[in-house]
Amino acid sequence: MKLKYSILGAAIAASSIQVQAQQLDIKITNLTQGIYFTPFLVAAHNADGKLFSVGEEASANLQMMAEGGNVSGLSADLSALSADIKENPAEGLLAPAMSTSLMLDTTDGNNYLSIVSMLLPTNDGFVGLNSWMIPTEPGTYTIDLNAYDAGTEANDEIVNGGGAPGAPGIPVDPSGHGGTGGMGVTDMEQNTTIHIHRGSLGDDDATGGKSDLNNTVHRWLNPVARITVTVN
Amino acid sequence: MNKTFLKISTIALAPLLLLSACGDSKSSKDPMVVEPPAPTPVNYSYQVTVTNLTHAQPMSPVAVVLHNEGSLWQIGEAASGALEVMAEGGDNTQVLAQDMVLAGESGAGLLMPGMHESIDVTLTDTMPMMLSVATMLVNTNDAFTGVSAMDISNLMAGESISFTARSYDAGTEFNTETAASIPGPASGGAGEGYNEARDDIADHVTMHPGVVSSDDGLSTSALSAGHKFDNPTLRITIARTE
Repeated sequence: MKLKYSILGAAIAASSIQVQAQQLDIKITNLTQGIYFTPFLVAAHNADGKLFSVGEEASANLQMMAEGGNVSGLSADLSALSADIKENPAEGLLAPAMSTSLMLDTTDGNNYLSIVSMLLPTNDGFVGLNSWMIPTEPGTYTIDLNAYDAGTEANDEIVNGGGAPGAPGIPVDPSGHGGTGGMGVTDMEQNTTIHIHRGSLGDDDATGGKSDLNNTVHRWLNPVARITVTVN
Repeated sequence: MNKTFLKISTIALAPLLLLSACGDSKSSKDPMVVEPPAPTPVNYSYQVTVTNLTHAQPMSPVAVVLHNEGSLWQIGEAASGALEVMAEGGDNTQVLAQDMVLAGESGAGLLMPGMHESIDVTLTDTMPMMLSVATMLVNTNDAFTGVSAMDISNLMAGESISFTARSYDAGTEFNTETAASIPGPASGGAGEGYNEARDDIADHVTMHPGVVSSDDGLSTSALSAGHKFDNPTLRITIARTE
């Protein structure tokens, strides 16, 4: 009797959770005119794999990604949850207006999709798809993503190679349109939780001014990325 | 369209010929000529209402296009020459004259901030699959807004759909914002519009980063804070009227 009930219980539990392996075709498009994306982390994971929450402080591993583009910490977090992970589909930076595509096979129970990457040149700006529930119905789904600020670093807009967590400054300006000798826009971060990025200021002085960023190249308006997911 | 008509009339006549062949010899020598009734033309009509959502960005005469293939633009692709002409100078004639256009209409004139306008477009005997809308933000170098290759195949007569559109950068002119390069009223209308030279960061259509303006740190800009905009910039309502 006891055995019967427990088997029945297991059967009910299995049917109530969406456990279904899926094959996804994912396309990521950089919608901006002058911002580069660092190598992406793309993962299907379970409900415990949420990488960030707006209004809350960033984890140390999210900070590492947002300040320097290093996704190894977040990838390890998700590996511990048996997530299906693809890293660096673009094999390097994803330049403005460019797209990259990948295929992701998900295993049973990994019903949420997350995608993150750092925006360059910014101090701690990142783009993120955050635990998007993968539809069970086959079809093509389009999601536009906004830019977030990790809230972990002052947006001084100084390009000095600072990419390690806690180090001030922007690691690099891949566009080559930036300047040098900026005094720094600010030395503090008023909102230390994750929020929608206010955008970069920049200036028109290539050898001075407040910012090392170029105000005609390095600003953006949301959205900054488009994700197209085809559920096969 | 002519081909289709020919096919239909051939099919319609076939039974008549068969009938006359089977009839007696008298009438077969003198077959009656039956004119097939002209098919009633079927109109697919749409009323497109556009509203300028910006603070101080007049929009060039809005182009509305019905088509079954192609697109006015695609993110990541280079702008067509026709789109470049419109995005830099506000002239939509080349956009409307493209081969893919089955039916196209232009707005009556500038669409001023806060104003709206309805533009009617009709295609006869062919059901359009896609609708596109494009207009320039004239106090910019090469910003435009609208929608490209919107699928309208499921829109039934009497139905309408409403949405907002963001602004795009044609990627064909660097955003200097100088008076010499802005065709709109911000430069007193003295600025150059279209120039075939492409000198932008990269020759791709992208989302527009917004204008900087002289008030916000671009000393050579002819624009002031009032010319800034955020997304969205245009509201579009497509109503299928028949």
